Amino acid sequence: MATKEEVYDKIREALVDALGVDDDEVTPDATLTGDLGAESIDFLDIVFRLEKAFDIKIPRGELFPENILTDAQFVEDGKFTEAGIAELRKRMPFANFDEYAKNPVAQEFGSLFTVEMICNYVTSKLADKENDKQD
Amino acid sequence: MRWIWIDRFVEFEHGKRAKAIKNLTLAEEHLHDHFYGYPVMPNSLILEGLAQTGGILVGEYNNFEEKVVLAKVPKARFHASALPGDTLTYEAVIENIEKDGAMVRATSHLGDRLQGEAEIVFAHLSSDRSGQNLFEPKNFVFTMKLLGVFDVGRSADGRAFEEPPGLTALRGDDSP
Repeated sequence: MATKEEVYDKIREALVDALGVDDDEVTPDATLTGDLGAESIDFLDIVFRLEKAFDIKIPRGELFPENILTDAQFVEDGKFTEAGIAELRKRMPFANFDEYAKNPVAQEFGSLFTVEMICNYVTSKLADKENDKQD
Repeated sequence: MRWIWIDRFVEFEHGKRAKAIKNLTLAEEHLHDHFYGYPVMPNSLILEGLAQTGGILVGEYNNFEEKVVLAKVPKARFHASALPGDTLTYEAVIENIEKDGAMVRATSHLGDRLQGEAEIVFAHLSSDRSGQNLFEPKNFVFTMKLLGVFDVGRSADGRAFEEPPGLTALRGDDSP
């Protein structure tokens, strides 16, 4: 099973290839859209590279949730509602909501997508894979 | 002119890889502007040829039911000039193909010499747009008349290609 460092290195490589940023720009706290300049089409590229690098399948909407910003149940007046935050926590169990939950402005949604978040996601997918093998 | 930057498929493996050729000729208008006195095939059009080779390969995988569009070119490098009289051989290999799109690695060769290489990401448009008609069918390389590239396709031993199943499905009532 890959070490945390190996996982991080592979993710960094995928982000450097997909986004054309330098190695040292990829830090655990770096946000994909803010710091690394990712756009929506880059998400598809990143998903492909992660799938290849780790031999995992990333179902649509699992890493980058869809249809949540436009759902009136979850976002009202530009902010996530209680139900919205609960839904986010459910769909993105690997993200860190501590800061964001204090002021969950919909426009700042991108700030949740950090390199660290991706590491957490990939690590959990690799663990699932290991568990499946053992069953 | 027709926006078709490949002339003929020479190899085609469903869902895996495809090879096509592009012949360069002084009869092509743009070569006289690019450049005046020194005609050289623009690498942007070589990239388009690579994208068409890859795009048709990706489209055929789903029987041309998905609208495949060029979404992103993460990498493209060119190593040599392609001149009138040359034949470029484009090869596209599918790295990953899914519901949302595909990633293709493509190379362009002049004989044995590597002329260019690129990574190309395609997106499938249909899944997101629920019935909206974004493009006229004629804007897609997939429309019937431009798919003559399969009709004249030949495999290495000179036999005519077997028509890929996706193409048969696409012909419908529009057969030329």
